[in-house]
Amino acid sequence: MVSLGGRSSGPPPRPVWAPAGLDLDRPNAARVYDYYLGGAHNFAADRAMAREAIADWPDLPLIMQANRAFLRRAVRFVVRSGISQLLDLGSGIPTVGNVHEVAEAENQDARVVYVDRDPVAVTHGQALLSGNANATIIQSDLRDPGSTLALATATGLIDLSEPIAVLLVAVLHFVPDTDDPASIIDRYRQAMAPGSCLVICHASPDQQPRRAATHQELYSRTSTPMTMRSREAVAALLAGFGLVEPGLVLMAQWRPEDESGLPRNAQRFPGYAAVASRL
Amino acid sequence: MTDQDVSSGIGQGSDPLAETLAGTLARAIAEAGFALMSLAEIEDLTRGWVPELLHVLEREGADLEPARRIGMALVDANMTNPGVLETALEVLLDHLPAGRWSSTVRAAVAAGYAAGLRRATLAEQEQIAGAIIIAYARVDRMARESEARFRALFDGSAVGIGISDRTGRVVQVNQALATLLGYTVDEMCGFWVPEMTHPSDPPEIWDQYRRMMLGEIDHVRMEKAYYRKDNAVVWVDLTVSLIRDDQGNPQFAVAIMDDMTDRHHLQATLSHQALHDPLTGLPNRSLFAERIAQVVATAGPQSRMGVCYLDLDGFKRINDTLGHDTGDQLLITIADRLGRCAEDRGHLVARMGGDEFVLLVERSAGMGQLAALAEAALAVVAVPISVGPHRLRVTASIGVVECPAMGADLGDILKAADVTLYRAKAAGRGRWLAYDPGTVAELVAGYELCAALPDALERGEFSLVYQPIVGLSDGRPWGLEALVRWHHPSLGLLTPDRFIGPAEETGFIVQLGQHVLREACREAAAWRERFAGGELFVSVNLAVAQAHEPSLVDEIKRTLVETGLDPSQLQLELTESALMSTAGAPLEALRALADLGVRVAIDDFGTGYSNLAYLRSLPVHALKLPQQLVGGLRGPADRSKIDERIVDALIRLAHAIELTVTAEGVETQAQAEQLSALGCDSVQGWHIAKPCSADQLDRVISRLGRAPHLPGPRAEPKSS
Repeated sequence: MVSLGGRSSGPPPRPVWAPAGLDLDRPNAARVYDYYLGGAHNFAADRAMAREAIADWPDLPLIMQANRAFLRRAVRFVVRSGISQLLDLGSGIPTVGNVHEVAEAENQDARVVYVDRDPVAVTHGQALLSGNANATIIQSDLRDPGSTLALATATGLIDLSEPIAVLLVAVLHFVPDTDDPASIIDRYRQAMAPGSCLVICHASPDQQPRRAATHQELYSRTSTPMTMRSREAVAALLAGFGLVEPGLVLMAQWRPEDESGLPRNAQRFPGYAAVASRL
Repeated sequence: MTDQDVSSGIGQGSDPLAETLAGTLARAIAEAGFALMSLAEIEDLTRGWVPELLHVLEREGADLEPARRIGMALVDANMTNPGVLETALEVLLDHLPAGRWSSTVRAAVAAGYAAGLRRATLAEQEQIAGAIIIAYARVDRMARESEARFRALFDGSAVGIGISDRTGRVVQVNQALATLLGYTVDEMCGFWVPEMTHPSDPPEIWDQYRRMMLGEIDHVRMEKAYYRKDNAVVWVDLTVSLIRDDQGNPQFAVAIMDDMTDRHHLQATLSHQALHDPLTGLPNRSLFAERIAQVVATAGPQSRMGVCYLDLDGFKRINDTLGHDTGDQLLITIADRLGRCAEDRGHLVARMGGDEFVLLVERSAGMGQLAALAEAALAVVAVPISVGPHRLRVTASIGVVECPAMGADLGDILKAADVTLYRAKAAGRGRWLAYDPGTVAELVAGYELCAALPDALERGEFSLVYQPIVGLSDGRPWGLEALVRWHHPSLGLLTPDRFIGPAEETGFIVQLGQHVLREACREAAAWRERFAGGELFVSVNLAVAQAHEPSLVDEIKRTLVETGLDPSQLQLELTESALMSTAGAPLEALRALADLGVRVAIDDFGTGYSNLAYLRSLPVHALKLPQQLVGGLRGPADRSKIDERIVDALIRLAHAIELTVTAEGVETQAQAEQLSALGCDSVQGWHIAKPCSADQLDRVISRLGRAPHLPGPRAEPKSS
């Protein structure tokens, strides 16, 4: 957004660039998420909001970890199934359980492009990934598939004629209905080669409606308000994709690696996850 | 186990205590709230830590660094939730031998964890702060670049850009805008937008500006005039956009102005051209129509309006004989005079096309005012005009319409004016006539029919019907009168009384008459074979104008030859007024035709003023008594018998000069009998037979052959 500043008799008004990520007085979703995961890439405003959220919903850090655990399982799954390029949309600050580390552990040649619109997350990611030839981060808004795909392709790490895994993990609930997430996903779908797949994890109020409502209310103060969606609404976003077993399920139920307690308590971790293949 | 083996921490899976402890520790960590890894992954970690820990425990006083490293490893594995440390320490407490050294080792793990957490926190804070600084720098550079771009755009723009604050005060303008309005940039800053008015501003633009500054609308686009510093006027294509602050309140208005003065003038010129006649400069038909529409739109119940529709008399002849340049000069002069004549009185004059002009009185005071205007217009037209070597006197005819303005219709007004003008021309030109609603319906109908006639002929809308003329002496059909019908596409079937008048007025009657003659002759030529036992003639009406055509005789001769019709089978009917008023050429033509053997009949005899003495010298063979006379025969009921005596006298007169008599419009058996008694030769009318189309003739003629409704042959016909 461009707004005009400047004094009446001074120099011509100039646009003030104030991306949400640089406003340290307001909580930022990427940094709050980092706090939930126990990171220190955050500031007082982020922590204040995170603590307020945790006070109402103590499981939040665990839920975020479960989400990261799903991400790791899903990345492992898609790389093992032969996909060697990944596009992580809305990656945030890529710290804990990095996609590229998981992917490279399975396939040395796996390539990862992270995408985020937050300049701080991008700057941080660039520092983290410097020296890594197979992973990079670009600044783009995933709601603009055209630009995002163009920039991602321009890195040289992504070839859209080959199968690709597009990751939309814990980010679509920051895309309101007014932005028409279904058509955004469809734009990506059309760009994806046959054999590609989509990894999705989406917050939902289905299991804990009251806490979810309070949580959404908290986020409405940030520059990234949340739109949690029902299972039905999330399923509707996956039109044109075929679901990989076990389909669209609670995140802890998606191909658990052991019975360490999470799958049995799957209701504690609300939010739906799926890996979907492009039809 | 050697030191080497222990410190490596690898390959200790055979130690049951280590194995148990690693598993227990992993489960405890997972249950304490660490969901990032699977239990197996956590166990991989703990299996690496436990042997080292046991190794240190076994050697009291040993270096505690391995224990501290385990604490740090917890942090490195992202187990930064303090609950994880707590759990880990509890498990160690439960499973390791008690004692001071054991406590010291556990404390070392905790210290390592704290140190690792501090190290990670500092590193991450440094990372995020560094990212912030870099991001700021990047954003700042983008802002500076953006500002530079904006500067370049603002300063170098060819369009004028101005920015005003919330109060309407101009705070910044670019050079293009200053130049456009003739000021310096500094002079313009401080202008107050609401003062930058121009008389041509429609009121709504300032209303829109006010609404914009209230934040109700975000964009306004319009064409607007501004005064320059030198008082000249510039027209701009103006777009104003509202800039809001973060709270959405109006903050600035940005105006972008594109100079369109030239375009505006061009448009004005074009729109003048669209509404004015290029030759005379007078308003044209479109402007006249617009003005009428305005008058009607703003009319009150009492408002009246009027038009004088003026057409020069004989203008075509001037054009044809003196050339178009002279004609144009004449029109320019007339236009100029009419213009002054009308404008002096505050009226509009428009040129409607050709030599037609119209004067519009928007608020009529009554017919008196229109009459005076029409007189004045006739007077200015009548003043002799010098065009080059020529000194011209022209007259004009005017149709005047004066009517209530409310609900008036342009088309109706023009039609009424035109019809009235037509009447004025017919009444002798050089005069004005007022619209008379009484005569107009008829006139309008005739007028419209006039215009439609030529097309109707081309489209074959005319057809002929034939009405039998039956001999009273033998009761047999002698001939058939050809009558024309018009199958009008919207009015239906029209009889000649509807269109012969208009056709005569326009001269179209000649063409129509030729058509009828040819068709009738072609049809009649077949009758000789078709109807055995009698040679039927065809009787065709000849209009006055046809009789005056020099080519009439040749035309008829050619038609007879072409159709093969015997001249004796053709009868031409002319009205007595046509015959009597003509002399010279037409009469000679009739004589020539009579000499060929063509019969000539006087139609509607007794309705005109015949010179009876003259009658005998005319080449005439028959008289036709009109329905008006025949209708007066009412049989024995007619006590006065005056009509009977007139018919009797006419029949005697005709027979005296050896003319046969046909009575038209016979509608009753009584009339037929009475006519027979009076010695009339032949009759026609609905009682005998209605007119019918050519293909119905067989049936009609054969029925007449039986003649059941006629008085029957007389023993001694008077005419014989």
